[in-house]
Order: sequence, then structure tokens, then C-alpha cells
Amino acid sequence: MSRTLLRIVDAGPMITVQDAGRPGWRRFGVPPSGPVDRRAFAAAVGACGGSASAIELAPGGMTFICQENPVAMAVTGAARAVVNGVDVAGWTIVTVPAGATCSLRIDEGCWGYVSFAGQLVAPSWLGSRSTHLIAGLGGGKVSAGDTVEIADPRENLASVTLPPAPDRPPAGLFRAVIGPQQAYFGQNAVPLLTSASFVATSRFDRMGRGIDGPPLRPLRIDMPSGPAVRGALQVDGEGRISLLTADHQTTGGYPRIAVVIEPDIDALAQLPSGAQVRFQMISAAEAIAETRAAAERERIWLAKIAAGVRERQPLMMANLADGTAVGPGTGR
Amino acid sequence: MSSPVLRPAGAAAVMADFGDVFDDDVYAQVVALDQAIQAAPPAGLCETVPAYTSLLIVFNPILTDHETVSRHVLRLPATPKRRAAGSKLHEVPVCYDGDAAPDLAAAALQLKIAPDTLVKAHLEAEYRVYMYGFAPGYAYLGGVPERVHLPRKAAAVRGYPVGSVMVAGAQCLITTLPMPTGWWVIGRTPLRVLDPTADRPFLFDPGDRVRFTRVGAEALA
Repeated sequence: MSRTLLRIVDAGPMITVQDAGRPGWRRFGVPPSGPVDRRAFAAAVGACGGSASAIELAPGGMTFICQENPVAMAVTGAARAVVNGVDVAGWTIVTVPAGATCSLRIDEGCWGYVSFAGQLVAPSWLGSRSTHLIAGLGGGKVSAGDTVEIADPRENLASVTLPPAPDRPPAGLFRAVIGPQQAYFGQNAVPLLTSASFVATSRFDRMGRGIDGPPLRPLRIDMPSGPAVRGALQVDGEGRISLLTADHQTTGGYPRIAVVIEPDIDALAQLPSGAQVRFQMISAAEAIAETRAAAERERIWLAKIAAGVRERQPLMMANLADGTAVGPGTGR
Repeated sequence: MSSPVLRPAGAAAVMADFGDVFDDDVYAQVVALDQAIQAAPPAGLCETVPAYTSLLIVFNPILTDHETVSRHVLRLPATPKRRAAGSKLHEVPVCYDGDAAPDLAAAALQLKIAPDTLVKAHLEAEYRVYMYGFAPGYAYLGGVPERVHLPRKAAAVRGYPVGSVMVAGAQCLITTLPMPTGWWVIGRTPLRVLDPTADRPFLFDPGDRVRFTRVGAEALA
């Protein structure tokens, strides 16, 4: 069986192995984990058509040396790649030659994904390779000095620029459903939430993201700890908002004034720091309709990505080893 | 039993809320509803998450919706029992001596009692696993006797090992990860609430009961 080894030269503090997630264990304090930006992850994995796991990239990025065999990789989300000094941008499939140094950096966002054409070898916990970062359980954290194995690597994928994702929320407007703990706030809190302008901050990790704006101070903070969901806009005693994301606490004692709807959660988590955010409240029925419509558009988009992946013609081989011909992402 | 108030929790969940005052009767209703849903799950159910006064019901929004799930839940016959059927009693050995109990002396001092009096109070109570939260395997046990309730420390302290038994207010917790905490570490157990390598990695189910027994330092080795 052939393999490729990625020798990790450097890596930021939040780089992890993820698969689609670990649902079903929240009652034991285990959140679903999985990618913070599920759509970008699905594109990366779908573009390589092999492993169900990818490496999630975060600020600090990651540099590796590809050892033993060449391997094709897909780079999505806010990540861009430089292979042997050649900029191949993001949202592309590109082949990393054996011996090449590949550097992945985060640009215009917070989270990126790199998946490889082959099987990413990583431990599984409770049926999933997703990593719960603070517990370190699952596929695991990727750190400098580690070696990541890709079993059965393929290099015969044509370089492709992936089609853009459908329907990112328009101009920083994020849809949410009021509650479940709106009773902990005064009557002007929801109007303020929907009228004021907020900012996506640089305070984020796999558990959540800070959202700055006018404080939405709760009336009381004596709430018995209750279950929390991904997408919740949780408000602390000072009135500061956090969006709960992949590794969120499963229960907690701060009230949640509203919950961002499924199709918009990850886009909010992905926004570059400093980006403007506004919230719009919609009904639960509208949230269902919007979620289903978005899932259908995503299904079509992922099918397009899968259909666009094709074998490389040997004579037109993009050759990154000498930097003379690269994929269509060149120069952007 | 009073019906819970059902509210949407985003696009993919309903929160069943039994009020914001916590007591054993309210919690019994949470457990009863949880068990009734497990026995007769609505179509499209993903999972449920019990807590002190509420139960989260997570569903697949492609397959069902809030209204359908809520209607199903409100029709379920839920008979709360103080000790729900199948709730297990666990015996957890704890060493309250030396290095295993780094905060025992300070906690006792704050309560103006002898360390052994605090240990005795901790040992005589029966605890209930009310919910998990914070991190994998962090089971919140309620039932610390009122006379030994302590506020949290002003700042979190690092360096406590896995298996630390700690208290704050009415709550007691056995750590599963080495994480900073503002709770008082009064002992340590060799038992693991979370064993990542086990098929059934969590020792307790929400609703279970716990008693602590005293062991010597040799039990930790």
C-alpha cells in the first residue's frame, strides 16, 4: 500500500483533523465538533472524492513537506496555498509533488480546509475523526513536528478551480430565530439586536466567536444551566454576545437571546475580523423553509464540484516541481 | 404534571422548558419527558439533552419541523417519578488526603469547620447526576449539603489532574480533563467518568445517583 507523509514544519494553535462531525453525544457533554465552516469542508472533501476527513486550518496556518509520494489536495474556505513558492490561491485542486514544501495560510476569513486525495490516517472517537480541541479527542490536533499519513495517495487529479458557493448571506445580514431565553432580557433588547450594527471580532476559537456591539445586558443572570445549540447568540452578564460554534459547551448558564439559522451560522463564524454584522429575526417556519432551500442549493453545488473533478491528462500535466505551469488559480 | 413551554431553539431544535426555578420535582419532569421521547421518538429526531429545568430536542430540519415535533412531544404520556426507572446508584471512591485534596483545608477554613467535618458532610449526602456540560464527561452532580456550600474562587486555578473531585455551591463535579477551575478540589477519585477508549465511555447517565466512599491514597496509585 502506498502512502504519503506530510511532515508538519509549523502549525497554528487551532489546526485539527475534522470529519463531518459527531452528533448524538451532547447529553454527555460532547458537542458535535466537526468543521466550523461545514460548507467549505464539504467542498474540500467532495473535490478529492476519497477521505471523509480534512485538516481544518486556522490563523497561523500550516506548513508541511510532502514526503514519499505526490498527492492531490483541495484547498477551500479562507485558506490559500503556496507550493514550492508558487501561489496557487484557494478554492482549487492542485497536486503537491514529492519533496515539495506547501504552506497554507488564512486570508480573508478565519477557517480553511485542506483535504487530500487518499485516506487521511487519524484516530476515531465515538465513530468520528472530528477533533474536540480542548479535550484533544478524535482525529487530533496537528502540531509542528507531527507527521500526518495519507494512505493510497492519488496525484492524477486535474487542477481545477472550484465553483463559488451559493447564497452567502447578503451584505452581512444574518437570519436568526428569537429565543429560547428571550425572557431574560428587557423588551428593548430584541429591537436593539435587529436595528444595531455589530462587528465580528478577532476573539474566536472552535467554541465560539465574540460579536461586538451595543451591550444587550440581561435583566438577570440567575438562569439554571440549560442546553445550548450551535448558532446560539449567547449573552454574558455584561451584555456581550458570543456566537456558539462547532465545539460549543453543551449546557451553560448564560441566556441565549436568539439562534442564527443553520445556513447562516458558519458564514458568520467565517467572517473576517472587523466585518459588519446585522441580524434579522425570522419565524421558526421561515427558518425551516430557508434551511431546506439552502440545503438543496448546497446539494446541487456539491454535485457540480464532484462532477468537475476529473483525471489529469498526462501530457497536460501541471508541473509544480519546476514552477513553470500551475493550476488555474495562478496569479490571483 | 404541568406541560413544558416549548420554544424554538434555532432552525433545528425545540427547547422544552419547565420553568426557571430548579428543584427535584422539576428535574423529575425533565427526566420523564426525556424517557418518554426515547421510548416514542418523533420522526426526524436527532438527540435530546437534559438539564436542570429544560430538555433540548434536536431534530433534522430537512425531515421535520418545530410544529410537528412539538405536537408529538405534548401528546406523550410523561409520568414523573422522583427516582426515574432505571436510574443507577454509583459508588465513587474518593481520597480526601494530602495532595489529592489541595483545597480541603482552605475550603474548611472558609466554612469555619474542621476539614474532617467537611469530608463527613460530603460523604453523607446522596448526589444526583443532573446533566453534563462544559466539556466531554463533565457531569454536574447536585446534592452538596447546604451547610457546606461554598462560592466559587475569585479566579480559576490551573494544574488539577483528571479525577479531581470539586465542589461549588450545591454542585459537585469530577473532572475529566486537566482544565483551570474556580471550584474547590476536596479530593480525587481513581474512577474515570470519561474513558475515551471504552465502548460506553461515560460512567453516568443523566438522572443517575452517586454516593462517595472514602479511600486512602493507595487507591489512587
